[in-house]
Amino acid sequence: MQCFLTERSTMEKMSRVTTALSSNSSSSGINGVTMFCHLDAPANAISVCRDATQVVVAGRNIFKIYSLEEEQFVEKLNLRVGRKPSLNFSCADVMWHQMEENLLATAATNGAVVTWNLSKPSRNKQDQLFTEHKRTVNKVCFHPTEVYMLLSGSQDGFMKCFDLRKKESVSTFSGQSESVRDVQFSMKDYFTFAASFENGNVQLWDIRRPDRYERMFTAHTGPVFCCDWHPDDRGWLATGGRDKMVKVWDMTTNRAKEIYCVQTIASVARVKWRPEKKFHLATCSMMVDHNIYVWDIRRPFIPFATFEEHKDVTTGIVWRHLREPDILLSGSKDSTLYQHMFKDATRPVDRANPEGLSFGLFGDLAFAAKESLISGDSSRKPYGGGDRRNPIFFFKKPDLTEQFAHVSSALSVFETDLESNRMDWFVKTAQLYLLSGKPFADLCDHNAKVAQDLKRPQVSTTWTMLRIMFSDPANLTMSGCSSFSMKDLAAERALERSKCENRLDNIHLDPTNSHITNVNEENEETEGSEGQAEYMFGDAELDDDDLYSMEHDNTTVEQEEYTLPSEGFQLRHVIVDHPSAPEHLQQDRADSPHVSGNEAEVTCLTPIESFSLISICQPLYSPQLTASFFCPIVTEMLTFYAEQGDVQMAVSVLIVLGERIRKEIDELTQEHWYMSYIDLLQRFELWNVSNEVIKLSTCSAITSLNQTSTTLHINCSNCKRPMNNRGWICDRCHQCASVCAVCHHVVKGLFVWCQGCSHGGHLEHIMNWLKGSAHCPAGCGHLCDCLVVRESPVFRPDLDRPILTWLGLELPRPDQFLARTGTTACPS
Amino acid sequence: MIICTNTMDYPLRAQCQRVQKQMVVNGEKERVSLLFMKALVSRGSVDTVAQQMAVHPHYLESFLRTQHYILHMDGPLPLPHRHYIAIMAAAQHHCNYLVHLHSAQFLRVGGDPLWLQDLQAAPARLRLLDQINKVLAHKPWLTSCAHIQALLKSGEQCWSLAELVQAVVILAHCHSLCCFVFGSDADSNCSSFSKSPNGTSPKFCFIDSANGNTNVPPSLSSSPDLITHRRSLDSSSGMTCLKERIQKSQEECEKREVRLKTQVLQQADLEEEEEVICSTDSSRFITDPDFCYKEFAQRDDDHFEVFRVQDYSWEDHGFSLVNRLYSDIGHLLDDRFRSVATIPSLNTHDLRRAIWNYTHCVLGIRYDDYDYGEVNHLLARDKFYIKAVACFPDTTKTPGCRLSWTSLKPSEQIHVNLLIMEARLQAELLYSLRAITQYMIL
Repeated sequence: MQCFLTERSTMEKMSRVTTALSSNSSSSGINGVTMFCHLDAPANAISVCRDATQVVVAGRNIFKIYSLEEEQFVEKLNLRVGRKPSLNFSCADVMWHQMEENLLATAATNGAVVTWNLSKPSRNKQDQLFTEHKRTVNKVCFHPTEVYMLLSGSQDGFMKCFDLRKKESVSTFSGQSESVRDVQFSMKDYFTFAASFENGNVQLWDIRRPDRYERMFTAHTGPVFCCDWHPDDRGWLATGGRDKMVKVWDMTTNRAKEIYCVQTIASVARVKWRPEKKFHLATCSMMVDHNIYVWDIRRPFIPFATFEEHKDVTTGIVWRHLREPDILLSGSKDSTLYQHMFKDATRPVDRANPEGLSFGLFGDLAFAAKESLISGDSSRKPYGGGDRRNPIFFFKKPDLTEQFAHVSSALSVFETDLESNRMDWFVKTAQLYLLSGKPFADLCDHNAKVAQDLKRPQVSTTWTMLRIMFSDPANLTMSGCSSFSMKDLAAERALERSKCENRLDNIHLDPTNSHITNVNEENEETEGSEGQAEYMFGDAELDDDDLYSMEHDNTTVEQEEYTLPSEGFQLRHVIVDHPSAPEHLQQDRADSPHVSGNEAEVTCLTPIESFSLISICQPLYSPQLTASFFCPIVTEMLTFYAEQGDVQMAVSVLIVLGERIRKEIDELTQEHWYMSYIDLLQRFELWNVSNEVIKLSTCSAITSLNQTSTTLHINCSNCKRPMNNRGWICDRCHQCASVCAVCHHVVKGLFVWCQGCSHGGHLEHIMNWLKGSAHCPAGCGHLCDCLVVRESPVFRPDLDRPILTWLGLELPRPDQFLARTGTTACPS
Repeated sequence: MIICTNTMDYPLRAQCQRVQKQMVVNGEKERVSLLFMKALVSRGSVDTVAQQMAVHPHYLESFLRTQHYILHMDGPLPLPHRHYIAIMAAAQHHCNYLVHLHSAQFLRVGGDPLWLQDLQAAPARLRLLDQINKVLAHKPWLTSCAHIQALLKSGEQCWSLAELVQAVVILAHCHSLCCFVFGSDADSNCSSFSKSPNGTSPKFCFIDSANGNTNVPPSLSSSPDLITHRRSLDSSSGMTCLKERIQKSQEECEKREVRLKTQVLQQADLEEEEEVICSTDSSRFITDPDFCYKEFAQRDDDHFEVFRVQDYSWEDHGFSLVNRLYSDIGHLLDDRFRSVATIPSLNTHDLRRAIWNYTHCVLGIRYDDYDYGEVNHLLARDKFYIKAVACFPDTTKTPGCRLSWTSLKPSEQIHVNLLIMEARLQAELLYSLRAITQYMIL
């Protein structure tokens, strides 16, 4: 901190020296603090006198001169005199002459240009009154070096140059475009001035040639509210517009070239280059945003400094002295006048977050952060001495406050193993899962099989479990999936045997395979890994799934109540039974020796499936166990999957279970799951699946997704050019697009057409037509109907989309109108 | 939208073919026809208002674009709400034409028919708009940030700023459209249209109107008595203005009384049965029927200052704010204001400015740089007309009145109406946006 202070004092000395050298102004070494005073009324503009000791504030109801003391503003003079001041006192702009310290000019809202002479002895200091403009004068500007030359720009589109020794203007410049918003004499070129216009143009004029402008270019879309010549660089002009941009133009070239552009957050009302700083300028806004920003135009994305004192829009900003870059004065609609010290400014860059994170196409992760954060060790040197407390730095760059905080970042890239992130299973699962269209039990079985085929035993088992939990007993037997009948145990056993043998083959075939996949899967199913490992020993992975999953699904608390038989099968048996009511246990126990005896005869582990089925199915026959009994646990299971990242499972189960579970889960959570899953699906370009999910979802927020961005772009059938987005008429050839051959109306939905003669129209009209006639409705003589009839397999169910003879437009869900068009296809 | 009605008659068929034949060289004609055809095929109708405006195709284009944008394109408000707000706005001026039009559209976009019974049936959120609707329609200078605050204060029925801005734009648009409907008498000759059940009137023939109107030659000889008026260049101060103002308002009062007396009978004849239905119709959406325009200059309290355009203008302030809160609307409205100012009719610039500024003046908006003495010179006898259209566009209260510029061609009359409409639209926008700005500063 001490270091900082000493540095500032030396700095001031230095600046004093430079000021003294560069100009012999009396204002060397202006000191000040951030201060403000209340005005009586909103200010429209402010201006300082040449020696930076006084400031004039002008507005509709205020016209005062304040002197700038060390720590306060002191009102010196009220120029608004008279009991009921005329509109000439209502100022849109004010300027203090930079050569003659008694001379001021104001632009009045009623179109008058008024000059004021402070040396007048009377109370009314009004000097000259020019009423040549017909509309509000937006801007007045004294020539920087010429005492008697005043320029004005008005709403009526004219600029006028006044010689203050004469009663009227000496020349009038017509912009030939709309209202003039700003006029500025060039700092360096004696004869040049720039004018900005409401239609976005900027014009350059030679004061000697009022007939036409030297140069014109379009700087902004919408009005250009302000412009400012660079105080040192003669070629640079900054403009600010309603389009929220500040642009810096290089005027030295043949065509005005935009060299810098700063995008602000609101329309730019004023722009002022900062003295002594080549790349800095200050802006304020006309609406919404009350702050004053100082930009380094080379870093246009974040303001260099911000002054946030005003409560309403800032209407006027001015740097206090031509050689003093650290003091800014501003007037505002909130009726305050401020002096801002640069050292008190807010630096947005200090609060900006310099960390960045991004994923690459293949899952690589790039991470940029402040070096200090990444390397705690001193081995990595920060870039360029960004540390402010470094005393050596002081000598290198004495102007510390003028620098953007240097943040050197370290960029780390983390690569990911391609294989480990393979999402094949996700894509396949998404494609193969059935979510609707069949009875519940079938869906579960199908999905269980899909999961099993993809070597995801846990998921597969979950599906089976779900089927068992939620199917009512009647359905279960009817479903035939297990071909299981309690009445005929003998037959059942025979069947089992045959199954077993099949299984045995399977197992022999792919023991290695299963091992491999299991290892792979450990990555994603962390929780399950333990159980899986256990069953590896049993090396009958396919059949173990059921049990493994049950173990997972059912809370293990109850398990402890029983002394577990040493035999593995018994163990599973018990677990399976536990979720059911205790009284069933007895019954079950009675069964179990029987079954296990059966088991014992078989040398392999395969009967487990049948075994488990018996044990589970039986409790289901009892009337006490309703499906809702399982809901809490299923909810928990879904949450588990979702948290694991397998939102696919959560959503699929949610859809398949539908009403059975929907009410149990928080609507927002569901929506969240749906959104995540749909997002994933769309990333894998599984549009059909994602659409199906959207359709099947019960959340209103999700189903409405299908109603957004439903725009269909069409080309004109006549000239093949894109159609205007409004209406159904081609702009170019003035033809109605796709007129129905029957009704001669524009077809706005499904357009059905014959591939033979390419006539067509509304689906229903064509349908009706073909009922009565086999010929084309357009009268071309084509036998459209024959074509259709001959080609009877209009839809091929094995294809994703139907092949349509009579369809020009395909809808996302072809099965919806499959039936309807089906009748069209075979009308006879 | 799939049009699949089994029993569908195709009255437009002939028209479509005629339209295609009509596509002749005349650029202006073509432009209008194209616009109409677009409107016809996308909306199923071309309303009377658009037909009238077709005399000025440039303007019509930007008008239709704006209307389409605020009522049908992306925006924070649901479609039925937009039309309901439009109904509420039109009802303030008893504009049956617009009430019917938007009722039909309201139902077509899936609005609840119950809401149309009366305002009480609508959701509380929409009912909250009634206050600002009323104020904007009749005494826009009363609009304050308290209104905005009341709507935005958090609660179950609260509005978001974006929604409110869209609602305000719709309100202002419809109020001002009422002025045009009233001024151009579109209300009375559209009964067949408004009564058709689904808002489309198949009997409608737009070609004729388009052709008929384009007969007007684009270059106009301005009436001699207008140019003989010399513009006074002296920037007279407020005193003379005030005197004129008082005088003016007195003579208007007299005039109005006379007219009211003389036209009561006519009115009774003209609007017998339709009036009965309609007045009950639109008053369903009004809560305070006695709240109506009052002479701005004669308002009781001086609490409300004159609105100075130099302090809050559309170009500098209104545009930025409205565009920020409801994207792109600023550009569309800007386009409307510009195109109405550049219509190549009424070719004295001063006359246009007089109409515009006088309309703003009766709504309490003053220009520092305008000498209101000019209004008396240029508009002498038509100030009453302008005021009636701008402030009482209500056939139930004001008898229909005509421009006394008998020399004006139909297209010029329509231009006058357009100017009044746009000026009023801008006035309402300025008042409400200023209130929103004040709210945001709080």
